[in-house]
Amino acid sequence: MTDWTKICALEEIPRLGSRVLESAKGRIALFRTETDELFALQDRCPHKGGHLSQGIVCGSHVTCPMHGWNIALQEGRALAPDVGETAIYQVRVENGAVFVLI
Amino acid sequence: MQKMKLVMVGNGMAGVRTIEELLKIAPDLYDITVFGAEPHANYNRIMLSPVLAGEQTLKDIMLNDVDWYERNGITLHLNRKIVKIDRTHRTIEAEDGTVESYDRLLLATGSNPVMLPVPGRELPGVVSFRDIRDVDAMLAASSSYRHAVVIGGGLLGLEAANGLMQRGMDVTVVHLAPWLMERQLDETAARMLQRSLEAKGLKFKLSTQTSEISNLPPLQGEGRGGDGVDTEVKGLTHPHPSLPPEREGAKQCGRVAAVRFKDGSEIPADLVVMAVGIRPNSALAESAGIHCERGIVVNDTMQTYDPRIYAIGECVAHRGVSYGLVAPLFEMSKVCANHLALMGIGRYTGSTVSTKLKVTGIDLFSAGNFSGGEGTEEIVMSDAAGGVYKKLVLRDNKLEGAVLYGNTTDGAWYFQLLREKRCLGDIRQHLLTGQPNLGTGGHQGQTHAAAMPEDMEVCGCNGITKGMIVTAIKAKGLFTIEDVRKHTKASGSCGSCTGLVEQILASTLGGDYSATPAAKPMCGCTEHTHEEVRAAIREHKLLTIPDAMKFMDWRTPNGCAGCRPALNYYLISTWPHEAQDDPQSRLINERAHANIQKDGTFSVVPRMWGGVTNPAELRRIADVADKYAVPMIRVTGGQRIDLFGVKKEDLPSIWADLDMPSGHAYGKALRTVKTCVGSEFCRFGTQDSTGMGIALEKAFWNVWTPHKFKLAVSGCPRNCAEAAIKDVGVIGVDSGWEIHVAGNGGIKTEVAQFLVKVKTAEEVLEYTGAFLQLYREEARYLDRTVHWVQRVGLEYVKSKVLDEGCRKALYRRLLFALQGNKDPWAARAVEGVEKHEFEALTV
Repeated sequence: MTDWTKICALEEIPRLGSRVLESAKGRIALFRTETDELFALQDRCPHKGGHLSQGIVCGSHVTCPMHGWNIALQEGRALAPDVGETAIYQVRVENGAVFVLI
Repeated sequence: MQKMKLVMVGNGMAGVRTIEELLKIAPDLYDITVFGAEPHANYNRIMLSPVLAGEQTLKDIMLNDVDWYERNGITLHLNRKIVKIDRTHRTIEAEDGTVESYDRLLLATGSNPVMLPVPGRELPGVVSFRDIRDVDAMLAASSSYRHAVVIGGGLLGLEAANGLMQRGMDVTVVHLAPWLMERQLDETAARMLQRSLEAKGLKFKLSTQTSEISNLPPLQGEGRGGDGVDTEVKGLTHPHPSLPPEREGAKQCGRVAAVRFKDGSEIPADLVVMAVGIRPNSALAESAGIHCERGIVVNDTMQTYDPRIYAIGECVAHRGVSYGLVAPLFEMSKVCANHLALMGIGRYTGSTVSTKLKVTGIDLFSAGNFSGGEGTEEIVMSDAAGGVYKKLVLRDNKLEGAVLYGNTTDGAWYFQLLREKRCLGDIRQHLLTGQPNLGTGGHQGQTHAAAMPEDMEVCGCNGITKGMIVTAIKAKGLFTIEDVRKHTKASGSCGSCTGLVEQILASTLGGDYSATPAAKPMCGCTEHTHEEVRAAIREHKLLTIPDAMKFMDWRTPNGCAGCRPALNYYLISTWPHEAQDDPQSRLINERAHANIQKDGTFSVVPRMWGGVTNPAELRRIADVADKYAVPMIRVTGGQRIDLFGVKKEDLPSIWADLDMPSGHAYGKALRTVKTCVGSEFCRFGTQDSTGMGIALEKAFWNVWTPHKFKLAVSGCPRNCAEAAIKDVGVIGVDSGWEIHVAGNGGIKTEVAQFLVKVKTAEEVLEYTGAFLQLYREEARYLDRTVHWVQRVGLEYVKSKVLDEGCRKALYRRLLFALQGNKDPWAARAVEGVEKHEFEALTV
């Protein structure tokens, strides 16, 4: 069963930053871009399992803090030359509150 | 909005590279049409020599196939020569009548081979060495004929001669000058080259001028082949105009049969290759009234005298110079693309070029002014029997030119010194023996890439072998170290193998290796160099990252993980207490004030001044370790205690419980001051090194630097604190303190260099602080002091730090930057700064 679950207020996630969500599905990284788009990815780099939530957000990708892989936030896919994928979750913002489909 | 139309005339390497660069930065600006006179898509022209020699195939050297143009929405017309430009109506016309209009026109018409104006040059069997058609003609000749004559003993001529010899022909090289490659080599190196080519089977006629190419076989005498001439006689043409009377009635061939010289001698020739030079192909531009002087004249933005028309590559004359090597052409491409993309930044200011001969088994390199002259000095090493020759030409203690024969592994390094115009003060003694410490860890001490076997690992971080790099360079047409990094990741992590990868690149590509330009952009997000970015921040008082990016026209909306931390550092180091520190532009360690580990936990290193601790601190550390179940406690290389395996959410409370200052083991900041016990207890100690270390650490901690900054203080020259491998190493002697700088014990082991000797502890503080501040103000982000000092030279550092006025000003600026800085741990533990960073959300 998956449900839209209320997580936090949008303001609790810094712009160009992230928060970690501890859930029954494991660690989920919530990212907020400069333009207030939100993305939720499994907090695990497809390379060696680094915590993506600890990376630097640029445009629409995050750079893993371990070995610098770039992961596209929209699809969870690694940018070239690296190859790999991490799971993504649906997110939406309603009246300033963040919901994730988990 | 309708797209503008960009038409390119010419389909060679420089032009297509410009289109590639343009697509990278402005993919949707233009409808692009390309006209190529050859029937092929874009191939790597510089690799024609290996194709001729049978070392590579045509397929290997294709850079962009027809599919590439299609994929990028480019209209490609092959086999279509443009004959007219109508600048009034902005159209061009092809030989077959095709007319195309343009908003911007890019001329990339390349160059034409120079054909000597001698009789017989139009005979069948006389070719140039320029394109695939020429190579095909040479290959066809090599399979059915025997004698080849190459006119021109320059780079191209020798590569052609070598290729034809590999194909089994009997080859003679005819050269006007007294020695080979006279524009690239001095006489000594040229003689060595000639000897080794002769040993391979080539013949030479130097100081020889060709007077005629003939379809009459030679009589006898000089050069006459022992087995006579076996060419078929057919299709007799009109008698040759200059036929000597005694030759009347001789059998004429349908193709070239001999080459005759001014001195009257002649040799048989079934194939003649003219390789006497190239000439910019500016005919089309000239016919359209565009200003040309031996080439199409362009300004520093690659624009011709018609502002809608740009020109690039071998066809241009830039500041009076035309280039025939690929590295400068690629630099032009970048600039041209930038202006076509309407970004309006970036200038091409000319290039220094180097040459390397692509003949397997011969190592030859030259660059710059190698013939010396007034005001120059020469350093020469010559071992004729061993086949090694090195000549370096210096002017004002800077490298101005180099010729290497037999061992060219240091070519790339010399070329770099030359381009950077680096002062050789501190490296002059070992200049001739080559680059020290090309990278000492992780690749078995290898410093000569050419000698490495294919399967040997080059990049120990990413597991990339030499073979993988060579394959990628050849298969993907890579030219720069950045290209190689992008495609293979080699040298992309710790960077210690960069020198080796550059060597591999240089030896694979020969003279066409694009050495990293001296002025290199910070990253792909900008055209600007580190120095330009710093200057802009300083001169225009930029205080935030968005302002800096906007001011400098950053290409990406938020930069990348490379430039954001650098910008953040430049802002806060230039405008302390005013610029805004942006945590989201810091790498995780500096954002969390602890070191992230592979499992996502952190390590915590509290500061212990000078490495001195006490029972109370040790008890608190032990209590914290118990309370938070810290899995491992280690003593670090810098004499501190490191608690491993700490959960991120526990960090603020651990800091509160420890009640010790932040150790900054996580930061590009002053790390530790390592000390020996010194005169207080040690029987050899001459100075109180522990006290000095504590004073230094207390004075300078909690300030950001371009990279980590480590100090050590030893109380006597026995140097137990290992001060010789620190960024600043202070060594006590009976009469005072010696200060050594720019040592390094990591990736690149380097012994610190002596800066100055001082008497008092106050002086140690002032000199060390001034050096630290100079490094903070002038080094590039991620430069360790060793890299920075190697680049600017110790003499420069001395000129700043030893000058009293300069030193005191630097020291004052450092003290100002340090003023009122709060301990980041205390701020987070007590005041709750950046609380969200440490708290996880829950469902």
